[in-house]
Amino acid sequence: MIDAPLLSVRGLTKHYGATMGCADIAFDLYEGEVLAVVGESGSGKSTLLRCLASDMRPSAGSAIYRTEDGRTHDVFVMDDAERDALIGGEWGFVRQDPAEGLRMNVSAGGNIGEQLIVSGVRHFGRIRTAAVEWLDRVEIGARYIDQTPKVFSGGMRQRLQIARNLVMRPRLVFMDEPTSALDVSVQARLLDLIRRLVQELGLAVVIVTHDLSVARLLSHRILVMRHGRILESGLTDQVLDDPAEPYTQLLVSSVPAV
Amino acid sequence: MMRDDTEFLEDDVYNFAYLDEDTKQMIRRTILKAVAIPGFQVPFGSREIPLPHGWGTGGMQLTASLLGQSDVLKVIDQGADDTTNAVSIRRFFKRTTKVRTTRSTREATIIQTRHRIPEHPLTEEQILVFQVPSPEPMRTLVRTEAETRKLHAAGDYSILYLKLYEDIARFGNVATAYNHPVLVNGRYVAAPSPIPKFDNPKLHRNRALLVFSAGRENRIYAIPPFTTVTSLDLEDYPFAVEPQEGRCHLCGSTSAFLDERVTDDGDRVFACSDTSYCEERRRAKRRPNEPVTDRAIEESAGQ
Repeated sequence: MIDAPLLSVRGLTKHYGATMGCADIAFDLYEGEVLAVVGESGSGKSTLLRCLASDMRPSAGSAIYRTEDGRTHDVFVMDDAERDALIGGEWGFVRQDPAEGLRMNVSAGGNIGEQLIVSGVRHFGRIRTAAVEWLDRVEIGARYIDQTPKVFSGGMRQRLQIARNLVMRPRLVFMDEPTSALDVSVQARLLDLIRRLVQELGLAVVIVTHDLSVARLLSHRILVMRHGRILESGLTDQVLDDPAEPYTQLLVSSVPAV
Repeated sequence: MMRDDTEFLEDDVYNFAYLDEDTKQMIRRTILKAVAIPGFQVPFGSREIPLPHGWGTGGMQLTASLLGQSDVLKVIDQGADDTTNAVSIRRFFKRTTKVRTTRSTREATIIQTRHRIPEHPLTEEQILVFQVPSPEPMRTLVRTEAETRKLHAAGDYSILYLKLYEDIARFGNVATAYNHPVLVNGRYVAAPSPIPKFDNPKLHRNRALLVFSAGRENRIYAIPPFTTVTSLDLEDYPFAVEPQEGRCHLCGSTSAFLDERVTDDGDRVFACSDTSYCEERRRAKRRPNEPVTDRAIEESAGQ
C-alpha cells in the first residue's frame, strides 16, 4: 500500500574542512520502518544523523521528505520556518545525552508540554492532561510531573526525553545512541519501551547505535558504516546472521552471542 | 550661603537638552521606526549620559530627543515626583533646556517614568517615556540574545507560555508581579519595563504615545496610541491584576496602586504610589471648588 518513501536520501556528503564526515550516503525509509545505522566510533554515523535532523548543514546531497499532506520537501534547502515546523511537529530527535534534549530546569510536565505549546495549545489543563498521560506511558509516573529532570536518574531522563518527543505523535524519529549511557538492566527496559511505542504509534525511526544487539532488537533494516561510507545494507537479520563484508563479519563476531 | 545650582551653569555650555543635534536626530529616527513596528526593539547608538547605567539613561535620551521649548516635563520614579532619581533627572532637564517642569500628570506633555503609569488617564497630547533596565522579555529564558531575535522573527513565544505553565504548576498562579510580558498589536511580545501587573491594562489602547528605552542595552521600542496590548496568559488561567487590600491613609483611595509602608511604631499603612494623584485628591477634598492646578499641587505637597 505504501509506494513512496517517507524519506529518501541521495549522495549525502559532509566534509569537516579537509576531513570527511560521511560520503555518498543513499537510502530510502518507508513509513513505520526502523532503520539502524551501525559502525564503530568515527564511522560517520552521528554526522549522518545530525545532517538529517538539520543540526548541521551537509556539504552535498539531498534528503527528500514527504510530509503528512503528501508534499515533498528537500530537507537541506528548506527555510528555517519550515524546518522548525517539522522538527517540532512531524519529527522527533532523541539524543544520547538527555541533558541536551531536555530543559533541565523545567519540570517534567513542562518538558512534555513544550511542543504542545509550540503547536498553539494555550490551555493549562490540556497540557497537564497530556503530560500525565505520557508520564504513564513511558513508565515514569504522574507523581513526578512537577519535578525537574535534575533529580531524575539517567533512565528516567531518557524516558522523559522520549515522552517529550512523542507527545506530538511524530511520523519520523531520529535516535542517537539512546541507550548507550545507561547501565545494562535499565537499557533492556528502555529498549522494550521504545519497541512497544514504535509499534503502537507506527513510527519511522532512524536509530544510530554502535550496539548490534540494539539494532537486532529494534530495527527492520540496517546500514553498516565505516570510514564515512555505507559498507553494507539490508534486512537486519540477514546482515547480522550472514554478513557479506569482512568488516561486518568482524563486528558481528566481536560481540558475544547477538 | 546655598546657591541654586543653575548658577554654576552658563547658558552655552551644553546643547539644548544636553545631547548634540545629530544624536537627537538619530534617536528621533529610531523612535519613528519603533512607532512603525509596535513592540519591536529597534537598536540605537546609546550615548553617555552623566548618570550611571540603570538610573534612567535610556529614558533620558528619549526625553532629550523629544523635548521642545514649549513642552512641560514631569518625571516620576515608582510613581513619586520627589524621589532622588526623579528630582535629579527633572533638575537636569531644567538646567539644560529651561523648559517648564511640573508634578501634575494633567499639565505635562512629556512624562518620564520609572516603574509606573500615572493613575490619571493620559491624552493624545502626551508622551510617556519609560526607563527600561532589560528590554528583552525572553532574556532569562534563552541562552543568547541572537536566539531571542530569531524567536521574535519567527513569532515563536512558546518559551514565555512555558514559563506561565511552570508558574501555575509550581505556585498555583502566575507568579510575576511586575514586568509581565505583553503582546503588542498581535505581533511582538515586549517587556513593559518593570511596571506592576496592576498597570498592564493601562497599556491597552492608551491614548498617549508610550516609548521605551534601555540605555545600556541600546534598544528603543514603542506602543503607539490606541494599540491593542494583551498580557500573556493561558486560556484557563486568564490574566488578572492582583486584588489590593487596604486604602491610602492619606487620601483614602482604594482603587489606586498602593505602596505598603512601615511606620515608626511598626504598624503598616498604605499610601498611593502616585504622589501627584494622591495630593490632587487631598487638595480637592479640602477645597472642592477650586480648580486643580500645578501650583495648587505643589502647595499642598508642601503642607
